[in-house]
Amino acid sequence: MSFFIAPSPHHHQKRTTTTIMRLVLLAMVPGVLAQLYFFGWGIFWQLIIAGSTAVIAEMLCLSARNRSPVRGIQDYSALVTAALLAVSIPPLAPWWVIVIGTVFAIVVVKHLFGGIGHNIFNPAMAAYVLLLISFPVQMTSWLPPVTLAGDTTSFIESLRLIVFQFTSDGYSVNQVRAVATGQLLDAVVMATPLDQIKTDLAQGLTLSESLRNPIFGAFAGHGWLWVNVAYLFGGLVLLQQRVIQWQIPGALLGTLAVATIIGSIVAPDTLPGLNIHWFSGGTMLAAFFIATDPVSAATSNRGKLIYAALIGLLIYLIRSFGGYPDAIAFAVLLANLCVPVIDQYTRPQAYGDVRGGQ
Amino acid sequence: MIELTTTSPLHTFPGGIHPPERKAPANSTPTKRLPLADRLYVSLRQHSGLIAELCVSVGDRVTKGQPLSKPGVDNGLPVHAPTSGVITAITEHPLNHPSALTGPTVCIEVDHLDEWGAREPLGDLSTLSRREILNYLQTMGIAGLGGAGFPTARKIAGAQGIDVLIINGVECEPYIAADDRLMREQSQGILRGSKILQELTAAKQVVIAIEDNKPEAIAAMTAALSTDNSDFILRVIPTRYPSGGEKQLIQILTGKQVPANQLPADIGVLVHNVGTAFAIAKAVDAGEPLLERVVTVTGETVAEPCTAWVPIGTPVGHVLQSCGFKAEPQQRVIIGGPMMGYTIPSLDVPVTKTTNCILAPSATELRPADEEMACIRCGACEQVCPASLLPQQLQWLAKAKDYDGLKQHHLADCIECGACAYVCPSEIPLVYYYRQAKAQIREQLIEQQKSEIARQRFEARQARLEREKEERLEKHRKAAEARKAAQAARAESNEEDPVQAALARVKARKAAQEESANAPAVDDKKDQVAAAVARAKARKAQREAEQSSEAESAADDKKAQVAAAVARAKARKAEREAAAQQAEKNGEDS
Repeated sequence: MSFFIAPSPHHHQKRTTTTIMRLVLLAMVPGVLAQLYFFGWGIFWQLIIAGSTAVIAEMLCLSARNRSPVRGIQDYSALVTAALLAVSIPPLAPWWVIVIGTVFAIVVVKHLFGGIGHNIFNPAMAAYVLLLISFPVQMTSWLPPVTLAGDTTSFIESLRLIVFQFTSDGYSVNQVRAVATGQLLDAVVMATPLDQIKTDLAQGLTLSESLRNPIFGAFAGHGWLWVNVAYLFGGLVLLQQRVIQWQIPGALLGTLAVATIIGSIVAPDTLPGLNIHWFSGGTMLAAFFIATDPVSAATSNRGKLIYAALIGLLIYLIRSFGGYPDAIAFAVLLANLCVPVIDQYTRPQAYGDVRGGQ
Repeated sequence: MIELTTTSPLHTFPGGIHPPERKAPANSTPTKRLPLADRLYVSLRQHSGLIAELCVSVGDRVTKGQPLSKPGVDNGLPVHAPTSGVITAITEHPLNHPSALTGPTVCIEVDHLDEWGAREPLGDLSTLSRREILNYLQTMGIAGLGGAGFPTARKIAGAQGIDVLIINGVECEPYIAADDRLMREQSQGILRGSKILQELTAAKQVVIAIEDNKPEAIAAMTAALSTDNSDFILRVIPTRYPSGGEKQLIQILTGKQVPANQLPADIGVLVHNVGTAFAIAKAVDAGEPLLERVVTVTGETVAEPCTAWVPIGTPVGHVLQSCGFKAEPQQRVIIGGPMMGYTIPSLDVPVTKTTNCILAPSATELRPADEEMACIRCGACEQVCPASLLPQQLQWLAKAKDYDGLKQHHLADCIECGACAYVCPSEIPLVYYYRQAKAQIREQLIEQQKSEIARQRFEARQARLEREKEERLEKHRKAAEARKAAQAARAESNEEDPVQAALARVKARKAAQEESANAPAVDDKKDQVAAAVARAKARKAQREAEQSSEAESAADDKKAQVAAAVARAKARKAEREAAAQQAEKNGEDS
């Protein structure tokens, strides 16, 4: 009888791409639940729409590229992209926003660059930037946290708002937002904490005056604090499971912290402190889930440190001095651009290399 | 100069992995002796290098330990009859090699007497020179038993100024327990061999290194060392694959790296396997050549996993059957461990000097690889590479056949340990790609060398032709000059020019020949013409006679008939005459 021939090694640790992506999705659950708690059912529908769009787009792309669509979606990478985008956009944004974003992420950013493993940009973040620039109004219409509004849009009503932009009573998203902020007829924008600070500082208020706004709690923005804590928890699970290494979240949060502390010492009245920077916006999501996307990140340990430090620094600079309140997507995309150069100059010294060791 | 103590800090190498060890149950029973196979297939080629020259022929009866081939030169090593029997064939037989090629093999019909030939132990080493001992080890066929089977004597001979001799008992690869059992059971022999090695290499220090997952082996070696009063150092190193790799072990113990394209001896270190040390002791003290080795037989399809002393040349199938092997569908049989071993297509291949493990896993135990998925650049491979390479980049470069890029990324320093492929979430068979690329680079190099030689040959030929042409011209020129000079000399002395004289003679001879040739040719022609004319006349006469007889036969009266008869007679007469004439003519003609 003839025996089966296979190349060595014959053993494999069996942590496949599928396993890794599934773990990433699972680790996002606490953060998603926090968002659901503070911002209503919208995120649930956004995840459903984004997920199905991503799967369909991925299958179509794979078929067009003569690859097995079933095998392709089994790696869950499309779902991770969809989930990252869905949790980044306002929960009650119209359905076509997330659809356009997801299709752009999968078709243009991922498959036009060669599919999984070949995209130079983080698909979710590239799509986020596309949406932010194209639909600034829809993309900045965050509802105030439920804990402040005291009222929440129901499961079905939030779907109606996403699909038709009106509730069954005929209220628009802006009216719902206005109701939630207690200002029935006047559609004043209820901003995110970072947005609020940016606006207030631009109007000449000091940081401490801005922080007196009701959207801030004792430590950081209402709701946002807990969302970030939840993503931090999920991220620590990923670290513990060795799905990600400490280098990227460590360097990102570390650099952000150093920059923030220096800023706070230099200009305590105009530059927010570490509590705001770490626990507002998408900081923790970025540190543990977005910047750690292996495809678009640097590969060597040193490279990862540099890459993540760059993101941390860019987040701080854009938040503090740029035109946009949050900066995750821009910072990640800019760092993605630097990855080839970082990889080139952070090659480890090979064993026995004459330059080394001796 | 490297100096180590029992407490000097252990260093570390980058990367490495912790695959399930699974040394039990094979390592939990004493090393067995399996029943002898009925036929042994001793490959003349046991390692890279030249094939040793045969010194037996078909039909010979051989005794145990009798050499089958000559010591040879360079990397050549002799092989010996592992037991007594009759040589039934010397033929091509499948090799125990990843290539699955065949090679010249001596087939021995075993007579089950296991009868030893003459054994001549070396005796007192102090009276012998280093060269004599090394030659002896060469004739005993001693090869490195830990890895590639490199001739031990040659490895020692090539090493000068050794500070540290490392006796490698690490055995980091999962499943394999051959060295583990050997250390537990033959610790004294290993120490004895290590001492001989120390004398031969003049090593200042001897370090025995064992991974901490072998407490029994550590205990046995410690006990042997304490009764022995030797100053050998025993170092227990943390279990991590591939710490038993020569370069990695040197790095762990000394903190130094072997520079690229150099040997450990260049930094004053020499590494030998515990099995090799034991084989040396057996050769020197008992006069036994390398005839058998400890083989781990394991895997879930083997009913009785164990370690066993197996004679070189025993078919792998015989070893497996003796341990209760039951093949599954799509069964893999691996020679070596799960990380670096290779699969064999048939069980006919023999055990060689380097076969440390035969692993027949079930599909659930070592799940066959899934289809390769796309690389997601996760960098897990880079985290585990013990040589600090960039496996992922190497993979892209290998797929793109960018050989220059591969060289720049130090492909040659890849030890093919398989750690990268073990962790790869996309199950990319990375080592397979590296091996392929290495082979292609090697081939390219050979091609380059060939074309370089061809170019040199062509240029040398061109130069030679050019030179010969010049030489010829020069010779002609000189000859012409000499002729001219001679002519001038003759003209001065009014002597006849011999060339002119010769030419004149030739002309005269030619003219004479032509004259004598022309005359007889003319006579011949005349004769022929005359004969032809005579023949024509005879034919004409005959025709006339025939015509007249036909005309007369037309008359029908009696007179006419009489006349006709007369005429017939006349005609007959004329005919006869004509015939006679003809005959006469013919006679003339002939």
